[in-house]
This record gives sequence, C-alpha cells and structure tokens, in this order.
Amino acid sequence: MSSLLEIQGLHKRFGTTEVLKGVDCAVRQSEVVAIIGSSGSGKTTLLRCINMLEDFQAGRIVLDGEEIGYETRDGVRRRKSEKEIARQRALTGMAFQQFNLFPHLTAAENVMLGLVKLKRMSRDEARTLAMRWLDRVGLAERADHFPGQLSGGQQQRVAIARAIAMQPKLMLFDEVTSALDPELVGEVLQVIKGLAADGMTMMLVTHEMRFAHEVAGRVIFMNGGVIGEEGNPKKMFLAPQTERLAEFLKSSSFN
Amino acid sequence: MGYTLNFDAVWRSLELLLQGLALSLALAVVAILIGAVLGLALAFALKSKAWWLNRPALVYVTIVRNLPILVLVLFSYFALPQMGIALGKIESFVATLAVYATAYLAEVFRAGLQTIPRGLTEAGLAIGLTRGQIRRSIIIPLMLRNTLPSLSSTLISLFKDTSLAAAISVPELTFEARKINVETFRVIETWIVASLLYVATCSVIAALLRALERRLAIPR
Ligand SMILES: Nc1ncnc2c1ncn2[C@@H]1O[C@H](COP(=O)(O)OP(=O)(O)O)[C@@H](O)[C@H]1O
Ligand SMILES: [Mg+2]
Repeated sequence: MSSLLEIQGLHKRFGTTEVLKGVDCAVRQSEVVAIIGSSGSGKTTLLRCINMLEDFQAGRIVLDGEEIGYETRDGVRRRKSEKEIARQRALTGMAFQQFNLFPHLTAAENVMLGLVKLKRMSRDEARTLAMRWLDRVGLAERADHFPGQLSGGQQQRVAIARAIAMQPKLMLFDEVTSALDPELVGEVLQVIKGLAADGMTMMLVTHEMRFAHEVAGRVIFMNGGVIGEEGNPKKMFLAPQTERLAEFLKSSSFN
Repeated sequence: MGYTLNFDAVWRSLELLLQGLALSLALAVVAILIGAVLGLALAFALKSKAWWLNRPALVYVTIVRNLPILVLVLFSYFALPQMGIALGKIESFVATLAVYATAYLAEVFRAGLQTIPRGLTEAGLAIGLTRGQIRRSIIIPLMLRNTLPSLSSTLISLFKDTSLAAAISVPELTFEARKINVETFRVIETWIVASLLYVATCSVIAALLRALERRLAIPR
C-alpha cells in the first residue's frame, strides 16, 4: 500500500551542525505515529522540515504524491516559490508547544483567519465553520474569548481547531502538552485521541509515553539525528532492540 | 516701569494664530502619514536578515537621527535648489519633516516589532498564510498596539517640530505669533497665547491616542 507521507534521506544542517543525518520513514493514511527521543535528537526539526518551517539540504519529502519544498530540474535542486510553499504548508497542520495563538484575535477569529484568507470564505461562512471546529474541541462557548482569557489547555485546543479547520492531510503535533500544567494535559490528549479515532493521519512528538503507547500505531525513536528504532509501541516498549532505547525508556517517566 | 498685560491686540489677531495652528497641524499630519508608511517599511528593513536591506536602513536612521532638524530644514530649503532641486517652502518643509519622521517612526516601529514572538509568524506560516498576509493580519496590528504609548510622544515631538518651519517663513503658528509680536509689541501676551495653543493641541493629540490605545486594548 502506498504511503501518504514518504521521507527519504532527509539531511538538515544548521550552519555546520548536522541535526538530521539521513531520516527515512513513511506514514500511511490514517496512521498515528508517535516520535520519541531525548532532547536535541532532532524530533522538532523533523516536523518543521515536513512543514517547510526549516529548509533542508538533502533528501525528499513527498506528501500525497507532491514533493514538498523543493523540485529538481535538469539535475538542479531548487527551493520552490514562496507562494507554492505556502500552498503546500496548508496541506499539513501543525500544533506547537507554545500554542502560538494570535493574541489580538478571539478564539473564533483565530480559527477563521486561514479560512477567510486562504479558502476565500466570507466571514459568515468562516464563522459557521469555525464554530463547528471549536465545538469539536469542546470550546464553542469560549468562541468570543481572547487567548489571554483562556487556560493553557483551552488555548492549545483552539490552536488544534485552528490547524484542523484547514483540513490538512497530515497533522503534526510537537510536544503540545509540555507547556501545560499537569491537570490540563488530559483535555488536550482527549482531543487528539478523538481526531485519531476519526482517521486523521498524524505524527506527534511526545514525552507522554503512556499516551504514545495508547494511541500510536507505530513509534519512532529518534536518536542523534537518525531513526534509532521503530515499530509497534507494545513490542518496542516491552522489548527494546537497542541499548539506547532501553536507556531512554528507563529514564523516561513511563513506569 | 511695569508691564500691564493687555490681550486685546492678540485677541484681534486670534484668527491669524488659529490659521497658523491649522497649517502647523496640516504640515505635521502630511509628514507623519508619509513618515509612517516609509518608517514601517524601514522598520522591516532594519529587522531583515539581508544585509543589503538592514545596512542602508541603519545608515539612514543613524544619519537622520544625528542631525538637528533645523539643519535639515535649512539644507533642504537653501542648499537643495543649488543642486537643482527647488521646492516651495511648504513642500520643502513637509518633505524634510517626513524624512525626519521616517527615521524616528522606523525606530519606534522596530522596537514594537522586537517583542512579537517568532512563534506567531510560524503559526501563520503553518496555516499556509504568506509572509505578506502575516504582516498585514498579525504583525502590524500587534506592533501598533505595542507602540501606541511611545508613538504618542513621537507624534507630539513631530508636531512641535513644525515650529521650525518659521525659519523659512512658512506661515505656521510660530511664524504668525512672531509677526503679531512685531506688529503689536504685545510680546508676553502673544507668546503666552501661542504657547497655550501648542500645549492644548498636544494634550488633544495625547488624549486621542490614549483613547485609541484603550479601544485597541486586548481583553485579558
Ligand atoms: N535554529 C537552530 N539553529 C541552530 N541549531 C538548532 C536550531 N534548532 C535546533 N537546533 C539544534 O538542533 C538539534 C535538534 O533540535 P530539535 O530538533 O529541537 O530537537 P528535539 O526536538 O528532539 O529536542 C539540537 O542540538 C538543537 O540545538
Ligand atoms: Mg523539540
């Protein structure tokens, strides 16, 4: 079966520091992939390359048959135009650790912005749709609140609604619960679980091992800029094949 | 010998002073509008990573901010015609004040941009917005809210700087006051009234900007 996302030989350098040293992976439609690994192993950078928030020096990322970010013509690799890259970024949605809601817009307006600017909807149409997505994350009654008036968990749910309202083919979650107080983590994970159950394809970087174990069909363990190990979470967590994963699991809060 | 205050003469010339004030305001408004547009562009240039944008922008801001505005005013009006660029005195002054306003507003805007988290731009990019759309819908609205408090003092300074137009005989408030002073010899009265007009106008500008600041405040 063909993959929705295919990454081949991804290399990424910041200056002279190589951060991704050849990542290959593929994600099928409706698959939930958890990415784990110690801090600095390149998890965030991997997600950011998929969304072209970072340029990368070598390798290919193909989403639903389209090469992301670059094209090769007559043997020369070129970055695509800004306009084309912006269009491609809309194919993936991203939720960040720091929520990054637009502080001067209400929850509904945060969700509406992309719909109005990119999907060319009227404000009324966009509002109707935004309300549907806010309802989906359980925040319809907070639609007219500003981010500063919402709890961290609520802000993150609005941020997720903002991303999925664009109907991306793939959702990227980067440690979306790390900045939250422990009592607010559950409500956000619940929303993600719901999206997974509905068949949303997603890659999520997480430190919540229990959650990865529960929702992910597959786990990728990043180690020093490459995939150290990957597979079914139940097998991987019980019987890690590499020393590094075993160490990582021991140091994480799984047990 | 005592000096008895007598406002009659100034009172009769009040209309002239008000006309001067109107021209002062017009000079400031036009220069500030031009300066705001160019200053905004310059602020983005200052923050740009491209040296061919940020270097020239920095040179411009540094030079203009280190020149006394009176020198710029006199240079534009007396020296530029020698170089083949002759403007009327009003146009010459507005252009000069706009050059000045551009540099100061660029600094104010740059400071306002500095505090906007990079994450907001990235969130906009992640949705699929272009950098232009992000600037218009997110960065500039937030930057304006950040800068309103310091914008107030900059705009008031620029308004007060219109008095330097008197040096090249533009008939604004200071010029008219001097004329009335010379014609009526009511020195103290004339300058008291002119000063009050400046202070009142500045207070109105400050009040308007405070009202705008309250209106735009983000509820939290
Ligand atoms: N903008 C950047 N400039 C330079 N180095 C960076 C930048 N972003 C990340 N890095 C480096 O890349 C490595 C991987 O970072 P990251 O992908 O954030 O790791 P993780 O998300 O797994 O903690 C780290 O060593 C980090 O210091
Ligand atoms: Mg990270």
